[in-house]
Amino acid sequence: MKRFWAQSYLWLLLGLLYAPILIIAIFSFTEAKVLGNWTGFSTQLYTSLFSGGVSGSLVRAIENTALIAVIASILSTALGTMAAIGIFNLHGRKRQTINFLNNIPMLNPDIITGISLFVLFVALGVSQGYVTVIIAHVTFCIPYVVLSIMPKLHQMDANTYEAALDLGATPWQALRKVIIPEIRPGIISGLILAFTLSIDDFAVTLFTKGNEGLDTISTYIYADARKGGLTPELRSLSTIIFVVVLVLLVIINIRSKKNKSIKKTRYFNDLRS
Amino acid sequence: MDQNNVIIQIEHLSKSFENHLVLDDINLSIKQGEFVTLLGPSGCGKTTLLRLLAGFIAPDEGNIMMEGKDLTGIPPYKRQLNTVFQRYALFPHLDVYDNIAFGLKINKMTEEEIDRRVSRVLKMVSMTDYEDRDVNSLSGGQQQRVAIARAIVNRPKVLLLDEPLAALDLKMRKDMQIELKEMHRKLGITFIYVTHDQEEALTLSDTIVVMNNGVIQQIGTPTDIYNEPCNSFVADFIGDSNILNGRMITDCRVECIGHQFNCVDEGFGENVPVDVVIRPEDIYIMNKTEGAQFTGVVKSCTFKGVHYEMFVDTDSHNELMVQDYNAFEVGSTVGLFIKPSDFQVMKKERTCNTFEGVMTNGNTVEFCHGEFNCADTGWEAGTRVRVEIDFDKIDLRDNRDEGTLVGEVSFILYKGNHYHLTITTDDHDNFYVDTNDIWDKWDMVGIRIQPEDIRLTKLSTDNE
Repeated sequence: MKRFWAQSYLWLLLGLLYAPILIIAIFSFTEAKVLGNWTGFSTQLYTSLFSGGVSGSLVRAIENTALIAVIASILSTALGTMAAIGIFNLHGRKRQTINFLNNIPMLNPDIITGISLFVLFVALGVSQGYVTVIIAHVTFCIPYVVLSIMPKLHQMDANTYEAALDLGATPWQALRKVIIPEIRPGIISGLILAFTLSIDDFAVTLFTKGNEGLDTISTYIYADARKGGLTPELRSLSTIIFVVVLVLLVIINIRSKKNKSIKKTRYFNDLRS
Repeated sequence: MDQNNVIIQIEHLSKSFENHLVLDDINLSIKQGEFVTLLGPSGCGKTTLLRLLAGFIAPDEGNIMMEGKDLTGIPPYKRQLNTVFQRYALFPHLDVYDNIAFGLKINKMTEEEIDRRVSRVLKMVSMTDYEDRDVNSLSGGQQQRVAIARAIVNRPKVLLLDEPLAALDLKMRKDMQIELKEMHRKLGITFIYVTHDQEEALTLSDTIVVMNNGVIQQIGTPTDIYNEPCNSFVADFIGDSNILNGRMITDCRVECIGHQFNCVDEGFGENVPVDVVIRPEDIYIMNKTEGAQFTGVVKSCTFKGVHYEMFVDTDSHNELMVQDYNAFEVGSTVGLFIKPSDFQVMKKERTCNTFEGVMTNGNTVEFCHGEFNCADTGWEAGTRVRVEIDFDKIDLRDNRDEGTLVGEVSFILYKGNHYHLTITTDDHDNFYVDTNDIWDKWDMVGIRIQPEDIRLTKLSTDNE
């Protein structure tokens, strides 16, 4: 009986969490203009989404989102990887301090990050647009990239880098041929994470996109909803975004699980030897 | 050939980490083809010395010459040395073949040459047919072999080994020792081997360098080091030994455990306090007491495989460890005999604690970063003094708050009827203490000294 209650509590919780998304997903397969009316199954919303049945500004928003996510995730992964290796090679208090500084932006509410970047750009007189949004996204993605690479560096044998130097590799060769391949799983997880964070972001983008008409999906939906009622095609778009993010998260999870099982076999080998 | 075939010459090498001197004025020369072992307890600086040789860290002072060329400023990837690391440090993203070929590929060798060399070293470490294996799927011993192969495939002039067998179990370790020795013979290159295992050092080396607290204690062949330890640290660290306080009466005549004995040591002077080392297998033990030099009562007797190990309480109440092929009954009185040549007499490194201090008041003195009360001298504050305290006048306290200074027990020497402890403070000052109390290594203790036990002498103001 106890088990039953525990189970039902869990399902209730999951239901509440996922109900809104499920409702959007279900109603993306009907043509009704108003959410909640079921007028029969149809994939019309999906076709019109891709065949230009919606306004050109939504298509541009989708393009912008993708472009910003790709550039921001690549840049933040490159910078984050360098930062992680740098932090890893610090010692004692210095390392603690930098790690702490790295963690603050993650705890900082998005809205604060957005406002402070907005104030910074205004103060510097930078005209806001693509560049500022990308800079902003890179800023909040780097700490997550660092965080996903750090454990890989810690797993490495402490002498790995020295072993490469010892065998004749220059520091640059050691980085390219040994360190990067060793931490590659962390780098890829970091890249995927940065990509989803960038697609996801609303608050920071809103404050840094300027007023030249640059919109990403999230800011477009926000503006659209305020104009009165959602464009029906947004239901299918939300569903697609949800599925993409879900797939990426599942990939990240499977990857980290795989790494764990590798470690496990290594452990058993140690026992056997 | 350059003079005496010296391949590595280390001169006045010093290194500190955060104000802690890890290596202090190391001088060492290593011959071409020699198997040299750096031996010492953990923290003695042996691994730091190896890392300086490999070039991973730079010395504060002094230099290392290899084949007559100064290695200062030469990065590790340009040195003709290769290292076998303690935890192997293999590259897990590469298979066995690529791990071994790593150095050769970096040096842009042709593929046939790489193939040839890799298969040759795989044969040498008995790992043929393992080329395609993932290194994570190998056992500890196999990983060790790959690590050795990865180093020697580059044909270094010197191979550095940092406790390479420490992670293996006993049986595997013994087998690998034999293989390493064989490999050294076949390759003919210089091996520099770091270990804290004295037995391993005695088995493998041509030359042993015993280190403690960043200082070389003794350099010699395994037989030299075992038979003629130059101080009580070496005697205690290598093999079992009885280390006793003694007094050199005159040449070839030593007094210890309450008796006078003939010995073969000369040149210490008359009535000089010395340390006397007697190996437990060098003490003859017999049931009859006539003809014996002194007598004792057997306190314990343990079978050790080849011999029995007995603790004997002598007539002067010193405890001696004795090893013999025969067992003697516990509680029985036995006669003991030691040959003159089996007394190893060593000059005492110190006869009391000596520090430099500064008077902070007429009756307080500061030394080793602690302020102690002393007898009233009337000297003004700022007077520089020499501080002397006898070993047995230092009071160790369990409760560290009761001490003027806090330190940890860093070395314990049993001297037959008391313990001689080394207490190291946080500021790396050493206090030497004689005590009958039993302390464990790394115990934290409070150090207390009675004011009347602190002997002070003024230091002359000019340093010339």
